[in-house]
Amino acid sequence: MSTGVVAEAAGGGNKRAQIVGRVLVAVVLVLLALLPFVAASYPISIAGRMLSFALLVVSVDLLTGFTGLPTLAQIAYFGIGAYTAGLVGIHWTTNLFAQLGIGIVVAAVVALFTGAVAVRTSGIVFLMVTLAIGELTHQLADSLPQLGASNGLAGIPPGTVYPGAEPLLLAGYTYWWALLVFLLGVAVAVVVARSPLGRSMRAVRESPTRLAAVGQRTYVVKLAAFVIAGGIAGAAGTAWAVQTRFVSPGDLAFSVSAIALLSVVVGGAGTLWGPVLGASIVILIRDWLSQYVAGHGELMLGILFVVAVYLMPRGIAGTILRGKRRSDEPSARERAETAA
Amino acid sequence: MDWLDANLLSILNGLALAALLFLIAVGLSLVFGTMDVLNLAHGAVSLTGAYIGVALLDPDAGAGQFVVAILAAAAVGLAFGGALALLTGGVRDHLRQALLTLGIAMIAGDILRQLFGADVQSVPTPNGLAGSVDVLGKSYPVYRLVVIGLSIVIGVVLYVVLERTQVGALVRATVADRGMVETLGVRSNVVLAGVFAVGAALASVGGLLAGPVLGAQPGLDNTILLLALVVVVVGGLGSIRGAVLGAVLVGEVQTLGVALFPAYASFLLFGAMALVLLLKPGGLLPARYGAATGGHA
Repeated sequence: MSTGVVAEAAGGGNKRAQIVGRVLVAVVLVLLALLPFVAASYPISIAGRMLSFALLVVSVDLLTGFTGLPTLAQIAYFGIGAYTAGLVGIHWTTNLFAQLGIGIVVAAVVALFTGAVAVRTSGIVFLMVTLAIGELTHQLADSLPQLGASNGLAGIPPGTVYPGAEPLLLAGYTYWWALLVFLLGVAVAVVVARSPLGRSMRAVRESPTRLAAVGQRTYVVKLAAFVIAGGIAGAAGTAWAVQTRFVSPGDLAFSVSAIALLSVVVGGAGTLWGPVLGASIVILIRDWLSQYVAGHGELMLGILFVVAVYLMPRGIAGTILRGKRRSDEPSARERAETAA
Repeated sequence: MDWLDANLLSILNGLALAALLFLIAVGLSLVFGTMDVLNLAHGAVSLTGAYIGVALLDPDAGAGQFVVAILAAAAVGLAFGGALALLTGGVRDHLRQALLTLGIAMIAGDILRQLFGADVQSVPTPNGLAGSVDVLGKSYPVYRLVVIGLSIVIGVVLYVVLERTQVGALVRATVADRGMVETLGVRSNVVLAGVFAVGAALASVGGLLAGPVLGAQPGLDNTILLLALVVVVVGGLGSIRGAVLGAVLVGEVQTLGVALFPAYASFLLFGAMALVLLLKPGGLLPARYGAATGGHA
């Protein structure tokens, strides 16, 4: 009897929270879509790159937060997507959908082959193997003359949405493209997180042996997550190249992949909205706030990381969810478990 | 013999780099092995040591001044390591440790850049060691040979202390069963903080000794950290013998390998690491005790 009442109350709490959450998401989406009408072109271009970086962070989160595989390799697939989109734009077509599709496929295929080796390991060793994947890709981009070597790939023509359409030159248009790619990528991540595969991924994180004991092949689950995350990172990379129209080996540096991984931790691993928020805060501090404290972007970021460890042990998402848990205990616990 | 003759300088340079990498990386390895902390501020500790050389050494510094600089670097390293041990004390999750220590590294890097500027600074070679000697018919800088010798001595001392003395037994016991050691009246966190401080002091001294070879500049901390990580992971986390082997391997890959295969220079290091980890995920010589053997590595 009493459990039934609790469950009902919990359901009510969940529903209320769900409605609040959906309204919040809708408001943020409308604001994001309207941004080009109110902001100048420089802030818009920062916001567009922020969206691509946030999508990269989402792909890191699918592996690190959901599957328990801390990765530094996503920057490689991001870079592969960016260079592929650039090469397709230069040599074949400026059609953005073609660039996006080819970029995703190439990134996912490379993720399949590299991941087939990488996911045999776990923990620190997985971290170091993925570091090697990221650094080797970085060095490859730095030395291949077809990719412009250390000068980077320049001269990428502006993209078009359909054959014969006006090329996207204004920051507002490329921003909208970045927003579209971001939303598509996040949608895929949400679908995966809620699918049976997503449940298996969380099971790998919690207890691989138990998952194996009930007859699931953990290797296949990890590899599937790796390939999907690689494709999402590739999509983010294509959107990056469309905006900057220039890809350099510096975009693939170790520091970028480290910051992408730490954005997941700051935001709250295992939810999707937490790391997106974490990525936005990290980029805001590094690229925008640092204008006002000339050259101290690194210092500000360092302070953020240290403070986050002590004040938000479960990341931004975990802190907000725990705050709610105090107000209505049982429903929040359920929400924390199913939060995606 | 011809081959050896042609590549002798590369081999010796590789050993000198290995000696420096061992001094820097062994602390990283021991701290992970004993405290289960992945300290990403390790490169920053090392760069601090190099900048101490910039600050304290005159261009014509003698051996006396160099000894003073080494002691200063060791003291600063001890303090830095002690502070890191305090800060990471309550943080058990590896990712949050990474967040914390990389944050500290970024703050330290910014402070060092404020103090010493963004340009490359050189650290002078001490006066008595600036010349060259004959090694199998080739002239080779004395200083690098001294570094190799010093590193071997420190490595042997570390090994003997950890494996053969009462203090070493205490450290190993704390790693194996912290609760049991505490019931014997030992404060285990003091033991572990001591390991952290000594490891950081070695990294700081290693950074100072590397100064005349590598110089000091912002960003060098990341390079050192990456190389040290490769050394300890290839060798096996938490093991001194592994750190020796990893350092020699990385040192030779970075010098001899680059000299032999210049076209693949930039792929050799991480390619070699990926190969080792895929064949032996625990590293070449894994630790025989400690957190690193706990199965999560």
